[in-house]
Amino acid sequence: MNAFVALVQRDVRLALRRKSEVLTALFFFVVVATLFPLGIGPEPAVLRKIAPGILWVGALLASLLSLGRLFSADFQDGSLEQMALSTTPLPVLVAAKVLAHWLLSGLPLALLAPVLALQFGLEPGAMAVLVLSLLVGTPLLSLIGAVGAALTLGVRGGEVLLSLLVLPLYIPTLIFGSGAVEAQMSGVAYAAHVSLLGAMLVLAAFFGPWMCSAALRVALE
Amino acid sequence: MLSVSDLTCVRGDHTLFSGVSFDLSPGQWLHLEGSNGSGKTSLLRIVTGFTPPDHGHVRWKGRTLADAPEAFHTDLLYLGHALAVKDELSALENLQADAAIAGRTFHEAHARTALQSLGLRGRTRLPVRVLSQGQKRRVALARLTLHSAPLWVLDEPFVALDAQAQDWVADAISAHVDRGGMALFTSHQALALQGRGASYRLNA
Amino acid sequence: MSFKNFRWFHWAAPQTFYPVAGRLWRPFAVLAVVLAAVALYMGFFVAPTDFQQGEGYRIIFVHVPASWMSMVIYLAMAFWAFLGFTFNTRLSGMMTQALAPTGALFTFLSLWTGALWGKPMWGAWWVWDARLTSELILFFLYMGYIALTSAIEDPRRADKAGGLLALVGAVNVPIIYFSVKWWNTLHQGASVSVTKGSSMAQTMLWAMLLMALAFWAYTIAIALYRVRSIILERERHTGWAQEVTT
Repeated sequence: MNAFVALVQRDVRLALRRKSEVLTALFFFVVVATLFPLGIGPEPAVLRKIAPGILWVGALLASLLSLGRLFSADFQDGSLEQMALSTTPLPVLVAAKVLAHWLLSGLPLALLAPVLALQFGLEPGAMAVLVLSLLVGTPLLSLIGAVGAALTLGVRGGEVLLSLLVLPLYIPTLIFGSGAVEAQMSGVAYAAHVSLLGAMLVLAAFFGPWMCSAALRVALE
Repeated sequence: MLSVSDLTCVRGDHTLFSGVSFDLSPGQWLHLEGSNGSGKTSLLRIVTGFTPPDHGHVRWKGRTLADAPEAFHTDLLYLGHALAVKDELSALENLQADAAIAGRTFHEAHARTALQSLGLRGRTRLPVRVLSQGQKRRVALARLTLHSAPLWVLDEPFVALDAQAQDWVADAISAHVDRGGMALFTSHQALALQGRGASYRLNA
Repeated sequence: MSFKNFRWFHWAAPQTFYPVAGRLWRPFAVLAVVLAAVALYMGFFVAPTDFQQGEGYRIIFVHVPASWMSMVIYLAMAFWAFLGFTFNTRLSGMMTQALAPTGALFTFLSLWTGALWGKPMWGAWWVWDARLTSELILFFLYMGYIALTSAIEDPRRADKAGGLLALVGAVNVPIIYFSVKWWNTLHQGASVSVTKGSSMAQTMLWAMLLMALAFWAYTIAIALYRVRSIILERERHTGWAQEVTT
């Protein structure tokens, strides 16, 4: 537990001292959300309809941006080797890194989403469900993405490859996440969507770090 | 306690080394020699368990690394080529985070003493980014006095250090071995190390 | 020879497996051609004209077996990957890599035959039907596996990373399929159920089954053939491989 907390603290501290990386992903989210109305047209009814999908895709892509860096710095400076030799099991340390990643990318995205939702004319009820779906869904994105980041560690062309590997696996999260908001907007119950996201999150929380540490050990060979 | 038998390492098309065997008992050091490209780093990475050998075994206290990884990790202190030091953190913050993550105890007073003995007094709270390369190496080396683990595996611990720092490392290894520890290390330089030790040459 | 005593690991050595694969692939290839010929004959000449869809439906005799194979091969890849991690055999990784291009091919074939069937039936080259969309995502998964294993230079590392990806993918495929189905019903998308709306006459079922078996035999043949060149490339520095190639 001590190692877990220490690693989360370390990663958050490191990111805060290099603020630009955290802010870049957030700005990307804002820019992407702005591009769609510019590309499609400003009709309120259309924008309101496409908002859940667009905001979710934007969050997904912004999350993907910061994934490439999840392990690469530690891999290059030798910290990852030390983690692999720790008495704390590597999956626990991986979980700590993923939590730190979420605190620095997913959580800010979820909190920023309502502001962007205003641009699309979403009602408060829909905004609330959007934030809820993002709060449950973005940790899932971090967990799944971490496995991809570990598999492509140190590989030529890794960042693009990472997107190719991870985006298909993101699709269920996207479907249920934006589906929840759409359900709310249609006056239908959204609890099932959120519960499914929650169930996937639990599954990913158990198996993700374990798969991830297996992939990291392969990268360290 | 460390027993290496019949290790073989194949890289792509050619065999780096084969049939490497040696034992390391408490109170001994072993200097791994060999020309560049002879596989010294690869051998160390097999001993630490990162790379599985293409043939042969590494045993610690009679058990293979695959059988008892946690026991091995508790007893091992490894310093590789890469320093595992974060530029944005200070020397003290680095050592503290490193200890916590490795599951070892940390006392700030000990850390400060260790850093001072390495000539880093007054620089312990600056971000490591502003230190010179040699100073950064010394931050990494501070781990040697901070943590007690019987087996030290050090990859080129003397490189890029001035004479004073090299003496510090040599003394640290000798003292460790005197206390009953073991050290396996590589180095290009000729050494004047005290204590029971031997050299093992890897032929290219 | 009891199950336990059968020298499994002996056959798992690439050197032993190479000649075995050499002897086996041709019979499977012949079987594939024969079964395919029979299946195509049945599908295109014997099976009755469909009540609702006319003659154009006949493409399902390729489309449905291709879809089946695309999923089966992915499962086979995950299975070999699992074996590879459990027993640390080199051949498992090679088999997974040998299967991937064929799986991708069947997925691609399924997508195109789906489109070819859809155009005359629904007037569109692509509909966001649950099964077609899942096939498309499966195609991405195959491409991802091939891209990852090609990008990693060290073959053993490529095998292991690819194996992990295959396992993660295999766990995700049912989740993806379920979520796409959900999405499809929610949005009341087109339901391009190839088998609904036409009562499946016995001959139709038989033709599809035979085609599926033909594809299976083809897959085994081509995987065995491909694994032989993978073996030769990986083992090229050993004595026996050099003897074989000279």
